[in-house]
Amino acid sequence: MPASTAKSHFLAGVTQGLPFVFVIAPFGALFGVVGTEAGLDIAQVMAFTVLVIAGAAQFTAVQLMTENAPVILILAAALMVNLRMAMYSAALVPYLGAAPLWQRALVAYLNVDQCYACSAARFEARPDMSVRERVAFFMGVAAPIAPLWYTATWVGATLGATVPDAWALDFALPITFIAMLGPLLRSLPHVAAALVSALVALLLRGLPPGIGLMIAALCALAVGAATEIWLERRA
Amino acid sequence: MTLSGATIWGIILALAAGTFLLRFSFLGLMGDRPLPGWARRLLKFTPVAVFPAIVAPLVVYPEATGGAPDPARAAAAVVALALAVTLRSVLAALAGGAATLYLMLWLTG
Repeated sequence: MPASTAKSHFLAGVTQGLPFVFVIAPFGALFGVVGTEAGLDIAQVMAFTVLVIAGAAQFTAVQLMTENAPVILILAAALMVNLRMAMYSAALVPYLGAAPLWQRALVAYLNVDQCYACSAARFEARPDMSVRERVAFFMGVAAPIAPLWYTATWVGATLGATVPDAWALDFALPITFIAMLGPLLRSLPHVAAALVSALVALLLRGLPPGIGLMIAALCALAVGAATEIWLERRA
Repeated sequence: MTLSGATIWGIILALAAGTFLLRFSFLGLMGDRPLPGWARRLLKFTPVAVFPAIVAPLVVYPEATGGAPDPARAAAAVVALALAVTLRSVLAALAGGAATLYLMLWLTG
């Protein structure tokens, strides 16, 4: 396998990853600001971003930390947000399962939504790619995304302490979650799950922090799956 | 936040390990076995099951106003959701929501 084809696949990946820069930069900066506002120091904010490298879970954890939820519920909620990553992992096995262990570990670390979505689409469309070319493509997609995520978070965290109250940054987090939610509402079962999640969370608002969230999420999972089964039976 | 520095670091490291293990799980350890159908069905809904439960109380009872309903924040949430659903664009929803919030705060403030 000549190195040049791996390189061209890497570059093809970079081309696919670049547009996400416009989402990753504001999102990363926002995490830096929100994390700092919540009381994390810059080392903690950066450790979140570099070690966890999962925006939605990071925002979830920080929100529950500001509400002083029990640690076990903070972890459970944030990891639940990340459960979809196990699905991504399973979906990549047919394409990358034969790669060396260290490459699979690196892919796993970098397997954020955007890297997964681009790679899965490419691997499916081009079944003739070799494992090495697939790894090169995946790394290409991640190449602009991961460093920018770190940098943007650092910029946000550095600015965070200087942002005045008038900017109403308390509401940056809800708007971020709403923005992430939109593209996920792609079928009736998804919409039903989202509605149940919101309603149950509002009803259980009096419970200690984090508990209402877990109960609401479990109800929503059940309703989403049940709606899907009901639609399949009807069809 | 009243958590100690050590607790915060513990949360960060546990989340880092847990997230990596979720991402590494099948690719690294489980080989080629597919997930059972019921697990795939439930996993698919995890983000839509979690995000609204986080957001809804923050929108209806905003922290900044001590839990009193706030027209500016409610309008920002509605605009962000409408843009997110219709345009499927995270960036457009963020921008529209922020613009609405500032416009409403300026009008009502």
